[in-house]
Amino acid sequence: MNPADHSYLGLPGPALQAVLLAMSLGLFSFIMWKRIGLLRLGAPDPRLDRIGTRLRKLLVVGFGQSRQPRYLVAGTLHITIFAGFLILSVRSVTLIGEGFRAGFSDIGAGYATFKDVTALIVLVCCLVAILRRLAFRPARYHDRYARDSHGHEAYIILGLIALLMVADAVFEGSAMVAGAGEAQGDAHPFLPLASGAASLLDGLSSGTLETLHLAGFWVHNGVLLFFLCYLPLSKHFHVITALPNVFLANLTPAGKVKPPRFDQPDLDKLDVLGVKTLEDFTWKHILDFYSCTDCGRCSDHCPAYFTGTPLSPRMISIKCRDEAYASYPVFGSVRPVDQRQALVGKTISDEELWACTTCGACEEACPVLIEYVDKIVDMRRFLVDEGRVPASLQKPMADLEKRGNPYGKPARRRGDWIGEQSKSGEEVTGDGCGVRALAPGDEAEYLFFTDSCAAYDPRIQETARAFGRVLRGAGANVGTMANDEVDSGHEVRRLGEEGLYEQLRDTNITAMRQRSFDCVVTTDPHAFNELTQSYELGQPVQHHSQVMAQLIREGRLRLRTAADDRVYTFHDPCYLGRHNDEYDAPREVLEGLGLKVVEMERSKNRSFCCGGGSLYLFYEGESERRMGEVRVEMAEKVGAEVVVTACPFCLINLEDAIKTTGREGSMEVIDLAELAERSLIE
Amino acid sequence: MEIIVCVKRVPNLSETEIEVDRDGRSLVDSDLEYDVNEWDNFAIEAAVQLKEARGARVTAITIGDEDSEDVLRRALAMGADEALHLMDTAFDGSDAWGIATALHRAIADRSFDLVLTGAISSDEARGHVGGMLAAMLDIPMVALVTSLSVDGTTATVRHEVEGGLERVTRIDLPALITVQTGLNEPRYVSIRGIRKVSGMEIPVRTAADLRLDASTVGAEAARVKVEEIFLPTRGEGAEMLDGDEESVVEALVERLQRAGGF
Repeated sequence: MNPADHSYLGLPGPALQAVLLAMSLGLFSFIMWKRIGLLRLGAPDPRLDRIGTRLRKLLVVGFGQSRQPRYLVAGTLHITIFAGFLILSVRSVTLIGEGFRAGFSDIGAGYATFKDVTALIVLVCCLVAILRRLAFRPARYHDRYARDSHGHEAYIILGLIALLMVADAVFEGSAMVAGAGEAQGDAHPFLPLASGAASLLDGLSSGTLETLHLAGFWVHNGVLLFFLCYLPLSKHFHVITALPNVFLANLTPAGKVKPPRFDQPDLDKLDVLGVKTLEDFTWKHILDFYSCTDCGRCSDHCPAYFTGTPLSPRMISIKCRDEAYASYPVFGSVRPVDQRQALVGKTISDEELWACTTCGACEEACPVLIEYVDKIVDMRRFLVDEGRVPASLQKPMADLEKRGNPYGKPARRRGDWIGEQSKSGEEVTGDGCGVRALAPGDEAEYLFFTDSCAAYDPRIQETARAFGRVLRGAGANVGTMANDEVDSGHEVRRLGEEGLYEQLRDTNITAMRQRSFDCVVTTDPHAFNELTQSYELGQPVQHHSQVMAQLIREGRLRLRTAADDRVYTFHDPCYLGRHNDEYDAPREVLEGLGLKVVEMERSKNRSFCCGGGSLYLFYEGESERRMGEVRVEMAEKVGAEVVVTACPFCLINLEDAIKTTGREGSMEVIDLAELAERSLIE
Repeated sequence: MEIIVCVKRVPNLSETEIEVDRDGRSLVDSDLEYDVNEWDNFAIEAAVQLKEARGARVTAITIGDEDSEDVLRRALAMGADEALHLMDTAFDGSDAWGIATALHRAIADRSFDLVLTGAISSDEARGHVGGMLAAMLDIPMVALVTSLSVDGTTATVRHEVEGGLERVTRIDLPALITVQTGLNEPRYVSIRGIRKVSGMEIPVRTAADLRLDASTVGAEAARVKVEEIFLPTRGEGAEMLDGDEESVVEALVERLQRAGGF
């Protein structure tokens, strides 16, 4: 009763298997060739450096599924099914061989038990996963902006996997029942699933058993080969692309924005700046679209989605993939660009793109390392190049160009925050904050890069001065470039105005080269990020939390234990934490003060954006709620009375939120430097 | 279709600490930042949108010193096809009549269907040039236009009239229209956009090139003269509240309550 020894309508088993295999492999290759064809049209993107790091990433995030446990139930189910997939792939291959030669799939009792137990677990997981989707309907699977849901595909795939398990069980079980009559005494290995099937089939006639045995085999075979060809047509393409996608992931720090083109550094020589059509994305970004599982973890973590803005990062991937599949169909001809609806503007709306604060929560949540910030910045670059910038952002951007700050304040007032005494450049005592204005040629240990907010916003000037006094308390020699500094350009770059960014960056670098210093320090994580990732200064750049932690460790900065029994929590700024991986330094400073500190549920790499920095304070987009208000509620939920942050914009947004939600008096926001200053031992 | 847009470079006074010069008739300009006159920006956008919708050739014209080239480059970056720079010391100190006279000489010999100007300029805020220029060109004009469409040889415009009313008017082309802010949403001009047009030739015309009698323009010919510029003086009952935000708000609330405002 072996499938290979049987004839089907006159066709011998091996011949039938050969035909099926050739057809499915042929079809699969054809589909893959079409899919890869689009990748080849994408913009260049070098992704084959640092192979060792890539392999490690593949092991940890790919095979190790390290991003899965963030969602414990779904993650566990996925890890189990994925492990089962790997274990059972051997079985699937040997079963194909079984179609050619009887006994091919018999590779030992050990594996038989192993795969049978695995198949049982996978079957259970599939059933649980189906039930979970049906009965509990997790909110993250139902995107508010999804027009046509791909949700049914999940049922198809789970059903197919379950069918594979059942078919194999029937194949094995029927043989067990039939064989039990013939070979008495042969001890079966432990096969719980197959034995279960056998007990259900017990008592059937030998003819029926043979039919079931053959049917089980060919159903398994057929489903497997169908599955293979169905993958690249569905959202389950990730079964094929996820591992390569992880291997080819972006290895540069998350906070570093990609250049507009890797093959042309000169913006003026580009026909299109940024992404206008599908083909303007890099090939890796198109591979990202193929790899999206539609799991919704990105949007579930996205503060813009949470607060009801038009953005849902998941839909960027889904809509671009739909566009890719429609414009580059497997069967039929490519749809030329002029016959498609505009990708940027129609498929992805301008408002969707402007709603992103580039906080990076989506990327941190994605199990297959899909990149979103770079894509959004690339599409914004196109919008800016076309002049499609929201009115609320145009004035601050024009002011950045003319005055070097988005507030429209005179450039000659930039250094005023230091206080009157230090303007002459002399050492300051008394009420000054210990920061000197450095003229070209001057030297200092620390160059304090203030950036526009600390230079001009009266509330944030206090933070800057507090930090100056902390450094003075540690005996550090600190200076600023005062009026010679301009905005770091961090935000304007993320809004897509690359030309203006380059102009600002070059002005700052020129001014920095005219002064001598050991280290750049800033109170603004956005400036810290841009200076660290893209200025290529030569000197180290540190965030003020890092400098304070270091000075404490060196014994230069001495802080007394704070006499305060209120409950504190630390709000991780996106560009310090997620984008630069610095979670410890601010906590180290906090711990030194002996305060009662609790962690919010969404802290460290899951931190919830306050609403965005710099130009985001000017942007007037649609939303139901303000991110800062949501964040303040999260702090209250863990009983925090003081929120400590280390970013001027977090401070502004959270202070506003405390006022607008009527929490004045019951909650306070403070910058880490201000907190340190209160406990300073001079 | 030929569209001519008149633009002007003006100081941006929104966040500036304004200082009146010792002569009492002008501003100290050491700290002033200049930009295109806001109304003119809407006029350029209107012209470029007409060009994109139905095809047109857009020319931007300005009168001013070398620095005024900025606003022409900006217009080119937004989509104007050519620019014309009227530059001559003879134009210095011109009043609206002098400006309109020079513009008239520059435009009259060209073929055109539509002339757009801003309704007023933020620095002088008189709103004279558009009307004078239309009269000199002997073409119909509509002022304070808030919407504009062109159909063959006529233009249909909506414009503000007294009492908050708006009126729809149809005029024959060629015509002159002065543009009110809010007519459209002017596009952003990126640094790359400016750089792309940095190599474009912008012809310069002097008074002589325009065969213009220098005595009809400039300070000498001006019939409207500035006597004095000053910051508004503190009127009776005006009071400045000093102090930090909190005490200022408290003081304000107290005064409003006292005056029966709440």
